[in-house]
Amino acid sequence: MSAPSPAAPAPSPVVVWLRDLIRKPFFWGIVAIVALLLLNVVKDPAYLAITVNPANGNLVGNLIDIMRSSAPVLMIAVGMSLVIATGGIDLSVGSVMAVAGAVSMEFLKYAGDSASIGVAFSALGLALLVSAAVGAFNGFLVAYVGLQPFISTLVMMLAGRGLAKVITSGQNTAASNEPFRWIANGYVLGLPVVFLLALVLVIAAGLVVRRSALGLMIEAIGINPRASRMAGIQPKGLLLTVYILSGLLAGVAGIFSVATVMTVDVTRTGSQMELDAILAVVIGGTSLAGGKFSVGGAAIGALLIATLDKTVLFLGVSSSATPAFKAIVIVVLCLLQSQRVRSWFTSRRASGGPGGGAGTRSAGDPPPSGGGGDGGADPGAHTVSSGDGAAASSPGGAGLASDVEAKEVAA
Amino acid sequence: MAEPAPVVEMRGISIEFPGVKALDEVGFRLFPGEVHALMGENGAGKSTLIKALTGVYPIDSGTILVEGEQRRFHGTADAQSAGISTVYQEVNLVTNLTIGENVMLGHEVRGPFGVNWRATHRAATEALARLHLDHLDTHRPLSTLSIAVQQLVAISRAMAIDAKVLILDEPTSSLDAAEVDRLFTVMRQLRDEGVAILFVSHFLDQVFEISDRLTVLRNGQFICERRKEELSRQELIAQMIGKDLETLSSLGGNRRAGETEGEREEPLLTAVGVGRRGAIEPTDLEIRPGEIVGFAGLLGSGRTELARLLYGADKADSGTITLRGRKTTLKNPADGLKRRIAFSTENRRDEGVVGDLTVRENLILAVQAGRGWARPVPKRERDEIVSTRMSELNVRPADPDRLIKNLSGGNQQKVLLGRWLATDPDLLILDEPTRGIDVGAKAEIQEAVAELAAQGVAVVFISSELEEVVRLSDRIVVLKDHRKIGEIVNGPEVTAQMIVDLIAAHGADTHHPSPPPPAQPAGNQPLSARSTSAPADPAVSETTEEQS
Repeated sequence: MSAPSPAAPAPSPVVVWLRDLIRKPFFWGIVAIVALLLLNVVKDPAYLAITVNPANGNLVGNLIDIMRSSAPVLMIAVGMSLVIATGGIDLSVGSVMAVAGAVSMEFLKYAGDSASIGVAFSALGLALLVSAAVGAFNGFLVAYVGLQPFISTLVMMLAGRGLAKVITSGQNTAASNEPFRWIANGYVLGLPVVFLLALVLVIAAGLVVRRSALGLMIEAIGINPRASRMAGIQPKGLLLTVYILSGLLAGVAGIFSVATVMTVDVTRTGSQMELDAILAVVIGGTSLAGGKFSVGGAAIGALLIATLDKTVLFLGVSSSATPAFKAIVIVVLCLLQSQRVRSWFTSRRASGGPGGGAGTRSAGDPPPSGGGGDGGADPGAHTVSSGDGAAASSPGGAGLASDVEAKEVAA
Repeated sequence: MAEPAPVVEMRGISIEFPGVKALDEVGFRLFPGEVHALMGENGAGKSTLIKALTGVYPIDSGTILVEGEQRRFHGTADAQSAGISTVYQEVNLVTNLTIGENVMLGHEVRGPFGVNWRATHRAATEALARLHLDHLDTHRPLSTLSIAVQQLVAISRAMAIDAKVLILDEPTSSLDAAEVDRLFTVMRQLRDEGVAILFVSHFLDQVFEISDRLTVLRNGQFICERRKEELSRQELIAQMIGKDLETLSSLGGNRRAGETEGEREEPLLTAVGVGRRGAIEPTDLEIRPGEIVGFAGLLGSGRTELARLLYGADKADSGTITLRGRKTTLKNPADGLKRRIAFSTENRRDEGVVGDLTVRENLILAVQAGRGWARPVPKRERDEIVSTRMSELNVRPADPDRLIKNLSGGNQQKVLLGRWLATDPDLLILDEPTRGIDVGAKAEIQEAVAELAAQGVAVVFISSELEEVVRLSDRIVVLKDHRKIGEIVNGPEVTAQMIVDLIAAHGADTHHPSPPPPAQPAGNQPLSARSTSAPADPAVSETTEEQS
């Protein structure tokens, strides 16, 4: 009872902001990224060091590598988060990456002219067009034919890779084009172009989704399609849009990944990337059942996956143990996010106090905004408090993810 | 008199949610062989009390005694094993399992080789037989049944678990009069067998018809417990809302008695031969601006089906709809919305609220849908919609950022009404807007409807409570067996009884040519067929007459 309560005076904005951040589902994703980086630092204290390459002024270091390698998964995770929010799933993104890679490499190879910016743009445009078409086909099957998203995109996942092989006649086509190669290997302001591009696209997607009503409508049809229809929302066009967006972003991811080596490997480009994207979305706090989603959260998830991949390499985990290592990290993360596990922890903490049941009560007592922390102890309250966590947003708005979230309310 | 020991006794129960004291030292007793009605407005704490008793919510303080023994429920399974069985307000069944599986879910008959399905279905049939539902094929999926029959199945399910205490939370809200009658027969039978029944309903007549004892809650507090004989209807309502019922009586049937001033105006909507196979036969209809048109008829008479065609929720396969003098086709709800028609569904949970969105988002959803995703409603406009609708309709709690699924049913309904009002409709179709809503909210909604009509909005008003239809409507369209059988211009001399008589008489006239319409799916047919023949009528008159 006599527990001193530091929260008694009005909490400072920083405290409020932190508390909101902690309640975000992707908070543990950020924690995991930091933890992995720390693990690397333990192995090599200089891990985080970033140096400037004196020759060209570019930044060099492990963090820069992580940024660069995160670009493709960032792209598909954003697209996937939209698709999953509608209650669907897009298994074809990995194959679309291969298709986009194949189209661009073939085009560059036949166009020749390895210095032409025009050729590079044409390759880009063509690859994106084909990716969007594949996405549109998915969307058509889901929205207009009424197939299950899992089935439609599974078909596309198999057919897409076949298509990529047809395009390159089964070869791993290589090509050379400097402007195209620059996308993945160039630097602007010392940072890799590919990461900056990915960042811009993530923010753009976040803004489009939250500044327009697209996000609201996607969530509505993901939560209750029948009620949404009765409210006048036309789900077909929305679904088509979302699958096209997912295809387009997968195409961008494909370009990012082939431009690095200027070769498309039709069997391995984008292989199993759909699973990474789904994981990233889940880590970002979007339920696979659809509904509430967070583009920022998916981006955090994607960054975590990239960090994880690099960490596995850096720690020298044998390649056969890599999947298991990844799995452990992700399982722990999902457990930490689980409402049930959290309320189990909080209720243990609460009942550990001297006052038994009354202790729980007094912890839940402070004003509504502060009650969420321990409110999870009783089932009635925890649905409410989790809702508050999702709806309330941080006034501070620092950092990429919370920034995008904050727009939602500000708009 | 010497009363038997209560089978359930709750003492000093308190439950608190963040910011709300849902129950404050509430006491409650339930005796064997008695139907006990729990009364109170929305948010009075009825549902919370039930959830405490069924182990859904842990109680913060107080004790629960079952047969004299103190119990602590850590979940619904604890309560069930103590013999407390519940049927919730919204049907909680698995629609894509079979009827038999639903009835026996968790209590399947097990043999040496796992579940003995044949015995399970036999047991299910027996359980159903207690409600005279043994004609149902237990192997058919539940989804083939109408909501009303699903409700009865849910009750069968609750009773399959030899319960000492049966809790029925709004069991009658989706039943028509004949079904209610049947349910009451079963309830009396169970009561006579010694089962204690806790009954929650917003239909006062039903409460007075079936219950032996009443407990009234208000704002989470215990107000009184009386035997039925000791409490008049007026007293009960006064106890529930905590003041005299001037608001209610002032609404009494003086709705533009017999006036026909609107008759000369051009109709807003004209339907000629509009129908849909298996739902509603071709129907003619005219609706004028500022007019309230009531659709009266039993559940399943086609009143909802007709309304859905007028909005575009279903597409008509015959006939033409002319709107403001121009022919239109309504292919989907978006078409209806675009033409300034709004439709508030009777199926609030599945077709109304978007549960995981906030009240704010639910309020603006239709307006936003009308604009398309690319043109978001400006923030100022959104704030205005939210603040005006929430205060106008008195939505509680007045927090627009709460998830709508955490609101009580009545307040969800108000939010939905607000959603449609925000679209500024010319024609507002309200299908059972007052179902499962307490007297106070009901009056508020009725008032809002009358006011809208006064402003020139055409309203289609559908309700199972004929009294309500008669009180509000200028004109009443009477439907039966998926057909419009008549139209009554409302006036002082029109009573609910007249409508009942019309439905009954029509049934007698057309007895031979068309018994149950053959186009219907067989699943829910027996019920509606039964309800339209003889036994329905006395029941309807009973519920409607006693009110005045």
